[in-house]
Amino acid sequence: MRAEWTKLRTVPAWALALPAAAVIIVLFGLFPGMQGSCGKPGSATECKPTTGPDGVEVRDSFAFAYRTLDGDGSITVRVAALTGELTDGPGLVPWAKAGLMVKDTTEPGSSYAAVMVTGARGVRMQHDFVHDKAGRKTPLAWLRLTRAGGTIMGEESADGTQWTVVNRVQLPDLGRSVVAGLFVTSPQHAEEDSNTFGVKGARGGPSQATAEFADLAVTGAWQGTQWTKQHIGGPGNGPGQGDPAGGQPGSQELTLTGSGDIAPAVTGAAGVGTSITTTLIGTFAGLIVVVVVGVLFASGEYRRGLIRTTLAAQPRRGRVLAAKAAVAGAAGFVAGLVAGAIVVYAGREVLQSNGVFIPAVPVATELRLIAGTGAMLGLTAVLGLALGMLLRRSATAITAAVVAVILPYLLAMTVLPTAAADWALRVTPAAAFAIQQSAVEYAQVANVYTPVDGYMPLSPWAGLAVLVAWTAVALSGAYYRLVRADA
Amino acid sequence: MSGVLRSEWTKLRTTSGTAWLLLGLVVATIGIGWLATAVTTCTHSDCFLDPTQLSLTGVQLGQIVVAVLAVMLFGNEYSTGLIRLTLAATPRRWTVLAAKALVLTGPVLLAAGVAVAGSVVAGRQYQSVPFRLTPVLGTVIYLALIALFSLGLAAIVRSAAVAIGIVLGLCYAYPLLAAATGDPAWVRRLLQIGPTTAGQNIMSTVDPETLAHAPWNGLGVLALWTAGTLLTAAVLLHRRDA
Repeated sequence: MRAEWTKLRTVPAWALALPAAAVIIVLFGLFPGMQGSCGKPGSATECKPTTGPDGVEVRDSFAFAYRTLDGDGSITVRVAALTGELTDGPGLVPWAKAGLMVKDTTEPGSSYAAVMVTGARGVRMQHDFVHDKAGRKTPLAWLRLTRAGGTIMGEESADGTQWTVVNRVQLPDLGRSVVAGLFVTSPQHAEEDSNTFGVKGARGGPSQATAEFADLAVTGAWQGTQWTKQHIGGPGNGPGQGDPAGGQPGSQELTLTGSGDIAPAVTGAAGVGTSITTTLIGTFAGLIVVVVVGVLFASGEYRRGLIRTTLAAQPRRGRVLAAKAAVAGAAGFVAGLVAGAIVVYAGREVLQSNGVFIPAVPVATELRLIAGTGAMLGLTAVLGLALGMLLRRSATAITAAVVAVILPYLLAMTVLPTAAADWALRVTPAAAFAIQQSAVEYAQVANVYTPVDGYMPLSPWAGLAVLVAWTAVALSGAYYRLVRADA
Repeated sequence: MSGVLRSEWTKLRTTSGTAWLLLGLVVATIGIGWLATAVTTCTHSDCFLDPTQLSLTGVQLGQIVVAVLAVMLFGNEYSTGLIRLTLAATPRRWTVLAAKALVLTGPVLLAAGVAVAGSVVAGRQYQSVPFRLTPVLGTVIYLALIALFSLGLAAIVRSAAVAIGIVLGLCYAYPLLAAATGDPAWVRRLLQIGPTTAGQNIMSTVDPETLAHAPWNGLGVLALWTAGTLLTAAVLLHRRDA
């Protein structure tokens, strides 16, 4: 093993190539073009979304008709109609929401629980932005929300007499006096642009929804008799967005129009900002470098005839292969680890100073990104080594490794339709790019969840396992050829 | 010169990989293009589908096969030490580079012609790919330029392995960076200067306004990359020890 390390260390080009791989990854990550803030280019314009109760960035924008509830109480309503408006005419987005809400304050980002009907996702009970529970799949329903201390219960009914509990949730942050009432909101309409090869993009735009509420009834410690109407989180972004309107204050019927979303902030087509994964874009260049080094580390032995000396000194050929793999893998891992650590932290600084919003990620995720980049480089170096031992021709082996690891990734990011891109990133070694995903996918947030937006089809560790499997297959092939064939 | 040409032609012809790589170019290009046209459906009336470009998707893989062929032509001479013999036989070194370029261009043009024409014909089974001269002729020239570019790079770095690494890196860097970059001005700039991204404008038959370059201008950018590389290779070949 020390012999193999010396071989790797003392060839000047290889010794330089590994730090160079790290430098390339860092340079790509700090590339100046990655900027823009909520679509606005320029520095120091970073837009910071509201932060929710758990510290997660959220969007909190909706039309609200509320009264103060000073203690316990309940509110019942029938959602009689829910209609919507898109940029190009009438239409209701699947996650348009209308229903009842109990919220700590009218401040965006404050703790809440809500029971609602949606455009196409049935009755839901959601609280504190990231939690979501489904009820019946029905477009319209009777809804009831009951508050008892920190416990909120949401119920639904088809006829107003038979009630079913959707969910019971605890809101520890809730004060004694809360605001409660009716709300309507309608998130950005987003869909993938095409199902084809070629130019990819997302289409969509703002939307708004209008709900007609009827049979409004309250019991408990409600203050006043007037419903205050307000668009929480600033004016909405709907096509003909006006103030929440309609209905007589104090009556049992009310019409409300709203636009926005009550959900965790996501990156991608329908979201804001860019994920920290973007800073790791240079990984592909580092992978090419370690493939070249890995292949040359193998084929160099054959070209110079050194392999005969190596095998004479260590007749157990499997150990030679193992030692070479360990050295190449460790060297690649360290290069990736260093590059990942620099680029994740320095890249964030650069992007933020350029005005790009980057959602906060847990430390565990940051560590996974950094260690994962190291693992990708290490494994790919071993894959290159194995292909070099197997094919013994450097140009062919390098091309095979690069085409296997990077071409599927490139095609998935640029021209492949999503279905094909998902498959390419499931079965090829390029699946390992999943280890670099930092964006979190929420079922209750309408967004375009595609690889190009940073949402990989496999979970991070499963993706890395695919690369491990391919490397193991290549290594077995290399072992077989090394043991069976003459050197 | 004819002697040099003949010797280079013999080297290319008798290397076992050449025929396979040229066959690989044809099969990979037509195969992927056929697959792409077969699985693609246009669900929106306004989806930006360019049938010609779609049928030429296989060029993405075909260009890599071409690059491998080109870097081996020069790189292998360095790895075996044959280059010293070659240069001893032909002291005017630039003629070696010119001869290699010429003997490489012929077979590549021929195979690329078959591959591109085959892709268009195969694509017509599923999509309405028009017979147009510009994208077909231009893509054949594109592949030849990629071959010459790779050849020049191999002569500069004197190693097939490093050269193929650089060619692949340049192929991927521009489109990937453009996909990751948010700023539209930078995206356009990247697509304009990348050798492959600029050159591939030739495959497009849609409105030139939406492209980074007009088709032939884009191919011109790739030609500049190639010319610069070959020129550097010629100077370095003349100046350096082999």
